[in-house]
Amino acid sequence: MGKRSIETLVGLFVLLGMAGLVFLALKAANLGTAGGGDTYTLKANFDNIGGLKVRAPVRTAGVTVGRVTAIELDSKTFQGVVSIEIARKYQFPKDSAAKILTAGLLGDQYIGLDPGGDDANLVSGDVLPQTQSAVVLENLIGQFLSGKAEGPAAETAAVAAPAPAPAPTPAPAPELATSASGAKK
Amino acid sequence: MTAMLQRLGAQTLDHFRGWGHAVFFFLDVLRAVPASLRRFDLVVAQIYAIGNRSLVIILASGLAVGFVLALQMYYALVPFGAAESLGLIVNLALVRELGPVVTGLLFAGRAGTSLTAEIGLMKAGEQIAAMELMAIDPKARVLAPRFIGGIIAMPILAILFSAVGIVGAYLVAVQLIGVDPGNFWSIMQTRVDVLRDVGNGLVKAVVFGVACTVVALYQGFETEATPEGVAYATTRTVVISSLWVLGLDFVLTALMFSTP
Amino acid sequence: METNPFIEIDRVTFGYDTSRMILKDISLKFPRGKVSAILGGSGCGKTTLLRLIGGVHRPSSGRVIFDGEVVDTRDRARLYRLRRRLGMLFQFGALFTDLNVFDNVAFPLREHTQLPEAMIRDIVLMKLNAVGLRGAAALRISEVSGGMARRIALARAIALDPELIMYDEPFAGLDLISMGVAAKLIRTLNDVTGATSLVISHDVPECMAIADFVVLMANGGRIVAQGTPKELMDSMDPETRQFVRGEPDGPVKFHYPAPDIAVDFGVAVAGADGVEAQAGSSVAGQASR
Repeated sequence: MGKRSIETLVGLFVLLGMAGLVFLALKAANLGTAGGGDTYTLKANFDNIGGLKVRAPVRTAGVTVGRVTAIELDSKTFQGVVSIEIARKYQFPKDSAAKILTAGLLGDQYIGLDPGGDDANLVSGDVLPQTQSAVVLENLIGQFLSGKAEGPAAETAAVAAPAPAPAPTPAPAPELATSASGAKK
Repeated sequence: MTAMLQRLGAQTLDHFRGWGHAVFFFLDVLRAVPASLRRFDLVVAQIYAIGNRSLVIILASGLAVGFVLALQMYYALVPFGAAESLGLIVNLALVRELGPVVTGLLFAGRAGTSLTAEIGLMKAGEQIAAMELMAIDPKARVLAPRFIGGIIAMPILAILFSAVGIVGAYLVAVQLIGVDPGNFWSIMQTRVDVLRDVGNGLVKAVVFGVACTVVALYQGFETEATPEGVAYATTRTVVISSLWVLGLDFVLTALMFSTP
Repeated sequence: METNPFIEIDRVTFGYDTSRMILKDISLKFPRGKVSAILGGSGCGKTTLLRLIGGVHRPSSGRVIFDGEVVDTRDRARLYRLRRRLGMLFQFGALFTDLNVFDNVAFPLREHTQLPEAMIRDIVLMKLNAVGLRGAAALRISEVSGGMARRIALARAIALDPELIMYDEPFAGLDLISMGVAAKLIRTLNDVTGATSLVISHDVPECMAIADFVVLMANGGRIVAQGTPKELMDSMDPETRQFVRGEPDGPVKFHYPAPDIAVDFGVAVAGADGVEAQAGSSVAGQASR
């Protein structure tokens, strides 16, 4: 085995490894959709962030527009402060709302960004005015049971206003909006 | 009775002394690394012997594991109506665990034993002693290039194992079973994180590479210079390397993946 | 005696195992530029002596002096500088099996010098020529015979023109022709290069033929005799005579220590020991004569 041929083969071997890594990163993982490019930062305060994690996606109309970059606790208001990074090409009106939603039946939680109707747009550093916390299972069950006890008429009203819950267990509830408008997507 | 206790005590102390000896050996090899990096041609030759020569078994095993995982996971997921997540599950299983671990075990078996045998035979044939008397440090000339070669080769092999496994799973899932190819890839892409999953798997592979290579080199270097000694040393390489891989895997998994 | 020895062993005691000393308080002086032979039976410490000179082990007490410099095994850099001045021929060659003949001989040149390849080629071929194997340069190690392997190892040992050449059993297992070749090479090399040669062997005729100075060692790490070959051949000391003449029995016994034969075979022996011998008879009561 000549020295040159060994060197060539080793070079090919290393190249193959890098190709495999690129394949894994792009085709099999979220590198293609994550990071890079021009972004701006927004903040949102939630009473309960549920199971939201850093690097969770931010989606509007189901399309990923950004990522969660940090989650902290505001020690004065005791609300969860979530920082998100949005791709600069997507601009949102000043009265947009952020909701914590769950993907699928057993899925991870993500932030759904609902655009408002304002003419002015949010700029980097702005805080989103409207937010909706994660649905917590215990509360949902509690409302359901109390709703059942009071009768079907009270059900809609009871389910409409989820109280902030002490226990941070996220509800593995399907993607049902619980806003008063009751709009089912 | 006292004689038995004495023997037990002596054996335990011997055991600990062996561990200490192994640690010093590791440090010696590390110390010799910079010198051997200057002789990169030696390292390249070792990457060939350790990496290229293991390609066949790694790729074949990766493909096989991918096939089997896809089949098994499909039957497990169907009752939940979650067959579309097949790609995701196979990917995570491979990239986080099976890729590094199985490659580590195969590496210990194929590359580890060949390293141990080679060095053991060199020792038995007095080649190591001859080198020493020629004022050439055998750790720098013989051991360190193999050490570096192992550290470079192992992660590459683990990546290829995982990549081929995913391709194998694709073939079974999409071509054979009929899972939708779009979903197969896209669900994977949204849920598998490059840094957390692929990156951590890579770190594991490097750590396993270090462990397996050092064990193989140590067993070969410290073996008794007889045919039986060398044979015994190669089996020990496989056993000890495998235990290290599995043990380190537990520790690393706990460190890397326990906090969601 | 020897005023300017190249190698001096000064009251060295050494054992691999602290319970059993192989060399006990040995003192020797090996003359500069001459061929010295160290003879002795197996296990008397000859190879150990070579290893001590090469700095592979450290003596429990005493010092090894190499051309006026004490061999210090702890100072790695100094030890390696010292080792570049010596060449060792191992019993079976210890050639590097993954390289061919040429690369084996070139190995020390490539590792220790920055000489250009063209020059290395010339030197390697010259060394191979000195041992008569210039035509074998392209062969692989698996293709050479035992005797050839030793000659190649010799070429490798002298690649850097060492001041001390050590030979570990260079004649063991060779046919008469090869033995003659080896002896001729050792002597010629020594004379031509002015090096000091140390030959370890138990081959008396060959050693006596080429050595200037002979040391006879015995089990227990003792020096039995030392001097010129003629002095040893003419010695009246029974131990020396037995070794150089190859007598099967003498101070080195034929029988491994064992109880009296009568005891083992249960036979009565006439004479003062008769009673004890009978006491050792087998229980079944062998018929005694």
